[in-house]
Amino acid sequence: MSRFLGPEAFGKDVPEALRLLPLRFERLAPGRVLVANLVGDTIFLSDDELRRLAALEICLGDGLYERAREKLLVARETDRAWPQILAMRLRSRMSFLSAPTALHILVVTLRCEHSCPYCQVSRRGEMAGTFDMSREHAMRAVDIALSAPPASIKLEFQGGEPLLNFPLIKDVVMAARAKAPTTGKSVDFVIATNLALLSDEILSFCREQAIMVSTSLDGPADLHNRNRPRPGGNSHELAVSGIQRARELLGHDRVSALMTTTEASLNRAEDIVNEYLRLGLGGIFLRPLSPYGFAVKTKWFDRYDAVRWLAFYERGLRHILKINREGHFFPEFYASLLLKRMLTDNQSGYVDLRSPAGIGLGALVYNYDGRIFASDEGRMLAEMGNNTFELGHLRDADYTSLITSQRLLDLVGVSLTQCAPDCSTCPFEPHCGADPVYHHATQGDPVGIKPLSGFCARQKGILKLLLRILDEDGEDAGVLRKWITA
Amino acid sequence: MKPPALTGRANVSGFTGGVSRALVRLAMPSIGPQAAPDAALVRSAADWEAAKASGHRSAVVVGTDCADAAAAFDCVVRLNAELDWLAAGDVMAIEPERRRYRVLWRRSSTHNAFLVTERCDHFCLMCSQPPKDIDDGWIIEEIRNCLPLLPPETCTIGFTGGEPFLDWKRFVPLVAEAQERLPSVSIHVLTNGRAFARTEVVEAWSQLRRDRACVGIPIYSAVDAIHDYVVQSRNALDETVLGILRLKDRGNRVEVRVVLHRLTVERLVETCEWLARNMPFLDHVALMGMEDTGFALANHSALWMDPVDYGDVLSRAVIALADARLKVSVYNLPLCVIPATVRPYAIRSISDWKNDHPEMCAPCAERYRCPGFFTTGRTKLSRGIAPLGNAAASQGHPPGRA
Repeated sequence: MSRFLGPEAFGKDVPEALRLLPLRFERLAPGRVLVANLVGDTIFLSDDELRRLAALEICLGDGLYERAREKLLVARETDRAWPQILAMRLRSRMSFLSAPTALHILVVTLRCEHSCPYCQVSRRGEMAGTFDMSREHAMRAVDIALSAPPASIKLEFQGGEPLLNFPLIKDVVMAARAKAPTTGKSVDFVIATNLALLSDEILSFCREQAIMVSTSLDGPADLHNRNRPRPGGNSHELAVSGIQRARELLGHDRVSALMTTTEASLNRAEDIVNEYLRLGLGGIFLRPLSPYGFAVKTKWFDRYDAVRWLAFYERGLRHILKINREGHFFPEFYASLLLKRMLTDNQSGYVDLRSPAGIGLGALVYNYDGRIFASDEGRMLAEMGNNTFELGHLRDADYTSLITSQRLLDLVGVSLTQCAPDCSTCPFEPHCGADPVYHHATQGDPVGIKPLSGFCARQKGILKLLLRILDEDGEDAGVLRKWITA
Repeated sequence: MKPPALTGRANVSGFTGGVSRALVRLAMPSIGPQAAPDAALVRSAADWEAAKASGHRSAVVVGTDCADAAAAFDCVVRLNAELDWLAAGDVMAIEPERRRYRVLWRRSSTHNAFLVTERCDHFCLMCSQPPKDIDDGWIIEEIRNCLPLLPPETCTIGFTGGEPFLDWKRFVPLVAEAQERLPSVSIHVLTNGRAFARTEVVEAWSQLRRDRACVGIPIYSAVDAIHDYVVQSRNALDETVLGILRLKDRGNRVEVRVVLHRLTVERLVETCEWLARNMPFLDHVALMGMEDTGFALANHSALWMDPVDYGDVLSRAVIALADARLKVSVYNLPLCVIPATVRPYAIRSISDWKNDHPEMCAPCAERYRCPGFFTTGRTKLSRGIAPLGNAAASQGHPPGRA
């Protein structure tokens, strides 16, 4: 039909000046290159395909042109829409910056009745003096929290064991509840507790004030009690009964638990997962030890490296996938965080995996002694004598002085993954984040040499594992895709 | 059911003064005219008497003789008995010189759509309404005159073309007027979306009640050369996508439509994955069986694909969209030719005047919720057409990925 132009008229007959859009790549295996666009959509190419793409030796009908167009890797010189899509999506992925510092952590005491050898906060004994936050400082912390930009603020009580200073928690909650309406903000509360000191009085207060509870559960009793000694050796028993009581009074979804992986956990992945499943917890967060506090002093942190951790993680994940295939919706929460970033542009509130880093911009930490830190790990590092992440003091700081302090700006600025060595060219960068505290703790520098970084090794390991499962496109891929709702 | 003939010949008398087009709203004979265009709908001698008694000056006579009607009324339109489905409240345009009628509005229909223009800057290979390069600017004026005759409770109006936004400076105010006159109306416009690449058009469109106006925009591929080939226009995809981004940036409702044929099905899964990944903010995505008429007939050999041959692709495409929480519908495909996983997304989408079932569908348990078939065109039926049993079409909420 002469009235219609043939496909050549829109393809190879009109050689268009093409241009590469920003991309990153990594050769994962011989002949298998992972290529990511600016916002982290990925495809696998062969070495030759990558070469042709980079040289723009592609045209309609060769298959590569089509895939490269669909993945926003190339555009015509004159195109406006493709760069605009990338800009829009990048903006969505960075939207966390528009409402900084939603999380405010109050370390109401450093005292704890547990004596965990891996304690990363360097707890003090139950009877030690001067390790509780003063009421005056706590009220200042509430003021600062309520002057942060977001419309909903989360106050988290940390320790030590925060229930050892429960009267202060009560004061803070009542003060924040009274003050929030005058600032037009809503406030949520979380207590991070081992639940050993849970009482009816505490529970009914939590119920009245809709306070959420986050606890520690390392797995079955023998493993948990070995990791988390306390007088009586009954940490597991108290945690489990605490979870059950708290659920009954506060509601099933108001109680969550976190596990920490020790060397003794490494060959217990299935047992740990099954314990969470048995207790009716809605999923599990497989979490490694961090290089702070007693975990460093006792060398528990050094007892496994990223390779052993990843083997544990994969074993746990495979077991969790099997549970999901059997019909339970039971996500691994770290995977679901990463999947949300890989499959959507909706960014979660997770502050530890962002660039610009979540220090200060994601959270502020008010320490028992009045000092203010840019992150929870920052104050853990301070207990080890490294005050790099200290931003100010409750006696005189306000939100603006903290968030615009030169120290914070420098730490955030130098650690940007978008321009840090190795990160800037890494195809996983859009799904990763800067962790200046970890790198300062392990390498004495907020940027760090990434090939030497355990954080980097774990990140890449997990992301590659998830990509591999998604790429196989089997039943497990279907399970992972559903976790983005978790 | 034979579909109604919306245009045809009419015997017209009395429209004097060289009017080339006149609007007529059908009225009950027993109730006198409420507005100048009202004409009594006369089907019997009794209607005729009633119309005279109630003061009607015009009449539309359907299938009855009423030989002396011309004497009794100023204006008379005679239509043949097949138009017995006409009812009070319907609006017609009469062209006295050409002795033709066009039905513009049927009160009983939920598929009323106004053709805004036959001009278009696309020349789609499968266009069911091939564009004409003519001056038809009068149509917008006719629609404007039609608006006061529509029932105030009207809840949907469609606008199609051609490309309605070619004359956006007159078309956007027309839509604004429709929204003003009809408080509960939702507007749906079929457009190629390219006009919205220009900020002044988006600006104007965004002044409307945005929650009650939606544009349906086709995207046939995320590969520029494929989309541009299908619509026969260079730079089409770039401008269309830019237009969608600008519309959504201003909070407008946007539906994307993908017509399914050989050229679009080849990369349908990739196209839908691209939509899911890059436009998760779309209000609706419709995957549409091709209406085998117009240019689709001219390009039949290049385009036709039996739906049973793309069932698997369609299923994966639907899942890719649904997994991204996009609202997705499948239009124009009978239930029996699509996989069971896709059936919950199938919508009765074909305008009632184009819709029919062949005789072999008589025993089918699902025929009343089946999207049905186009009666226009239909050169070729899928080899998959077969009556379904009771359990065949799954009920309930559309599932995501299993």
